[in-house]
Amino acid sequence: MTAFQVILMGLLIICAVSVSFSKNLLNSILIYMSFSLVMSMLWICLESPDLAITEAAVGAGITSVLFFVTLKKIHAIDASDPDAKEEKENE
Amino acid sequence: MSKKKNAEAYQKTFAFRFFRWLSGEKDPYTGTLEMHPQKEYQPDREAALRHEKEHDAIMDKVYDTEHNRWLHLFHRLYQTTSVLFCLFLIALLLVTVSYLPANGTVTRPVNNEVSARYIEKGLEETGAVNIVAGMILDYRAFDTLGESHVLFVATITVLILLRLNKTEKDEAEVSDRRFEPKNDAILQVVATFLVPVIIIFGIYIILNGHLGPGGGFSGGAVIGAGLVLYLNAFGFQKTERFFTEKTYKWVCFFSLSFYCLAKSYSFYTGANHLHSVIPKGTPGAILSSGLILPLNIAVGLVVACTIYAFYAMFRKGGF
Amino acid sequence: MGPNLLANYGEAVSAILFCIGFTNLLLQTNLIKKIIGLNIMDSAIYLFLAEKGYIAGRAAPIVADGITSTESYINPIPSGLVLTGIVVSVSVTALMLSLTIRLYTRYHTLDLDEISTQLKREGR
Repeated sequence: MTAFQVILMGLLIICAVSVSFSKNLLNSILIYMSFSLVMSMLWICLESPDLAITEAAVGAGITSVLFFVTLKKIHAIDASDPDAKEEKENE
Repeated sequence: MSKKKNAEAYQKTFAFRFFRWLSGEKDPYTGTLEMHPQKEYQPDREAALRHEKEHDAIMDKVYDTEHNRWLHLFHRLYQTTSVLFCLFLIALLLVTVSYLPANGTVTRPVNNEVSARYIEKGLEETGAVNIVAGMILDYRAFDTLGESHVLFVATITVLILLRLNKTEKDEAEVSDRRFEPKNDAILQVVATFLVPVIIIFGIYIILNGHLGPGGGFSGGAVIGAGLVLYLNAFGFQKTERFFTEKTYKWVCFFSLSFYCLAKSYSFYTGANHLHSVIPKGTPGAILSSGLILPLNIAVGLVVACTIYAFYAMFRKGGF
Repeated sequence: MGPNLLANYGEAVSAILFCIGFTNLLLQTNLIKKIIGLNIMDSAIYLFLAEKGYIAGRAAPIVADGITSTESYINPIPSGLVLTGIVVSVSVTALMLSLTIRLYTRYHTLDLDEISTQLKREGR
């Protein structure tokens, strides 16, 4: 169990570092999603199944969905706003 | 004997002129300065444009962040300082961690008589097999009530920030669904199979909160995720048949006030050493552990509604 | 250095994660990445709390076979605290994301430096 925990913790650190180094926003959100999943596996190793269920449903599910909707909303604002479009064409 | 001046002579004296000037009847400059009648104001388009252009040029020069050498230097300094600070913080925390009592041992100060009491008497006093559920919904129920209110207040704040009026909402809905396939067949078929399973699993987690891992928070989140999937597959017209702003309002109102009243009753009986009429039941049965099951249901309803409300408000600024 | 750094590897990892999240907050100018950094800091704190309550060789705090002795279960208090924290962190994230959307509709950028430059240009 200890070796498994060490591997999971290494994955956590890798995910956390690569969030900040990824250029694409969508990529960093996906990496954060996997961070939450690794975290929920770690809760099982730490004998807290309540936390594992909550983290899997809330951290990996709902939070990432909210991030995705925010990204989509931002692109929708860009596409639907005529002023912003003109400015981009002028540039 | 005073000497009487005639009016003409008086008008030439300094005193007359001074008092007239003081009372504002005469402008002392009249007749002494050369004055022209002013021209009528005519807006000068070109000058205004030129002025605006000059202002923009000045602003561009002032806020020219790309060629500002000092700003670049400051950025470089800021980045190095923050990286160094974080390395220092890591070193500091690691040294602190190395002095903490060893992990996984029983003799840590965290494992004191409070947790021992929860484990030894928890089943007997709350009737919940899951000690964590018994703790957060019985011993520390006040905490959980505050947390439900945090969720409620967060929903209201998001509603204030993202709310749109009726026409804007329709526009947002149109532009929101412009770039995605409407009523995608694959998604709809998959959702028809998956949504009932997800929601039943969520209900199972909520109802088993006192018997095993789970409870109101996780179950509510699972149900909310099921509702989000349904919304994505079938669109807002279908969900508005059963979930509107009014539904949210009443579900949250009844859940939170039920929670308040139930815990008030148990606080009242507990503080006055009265016998509570709520039966504990046999531990392990589904209808056991007193108030924990209804409270779990209330919390689960609030969480599910909150999650769905977050999603709907992010999508189109309203329910 | 104290004697327990290798034994406390969980706490060490949570300290490193906390600092990574904090560096994200300091160095990223993108608002969404800043929010992710804050969430990583949250998770680090939860990991630290859960590691505190963990006792090697004991089971999760769910009573099995009617055994209610302290020797068989881990400490349930950190689990309860973290359960509260995870759900609150979701509502905090939703609040921050909605603020981000508002900022984007106003300034058409997610870059915090850009936003503050535009604010100064408007003379506010």
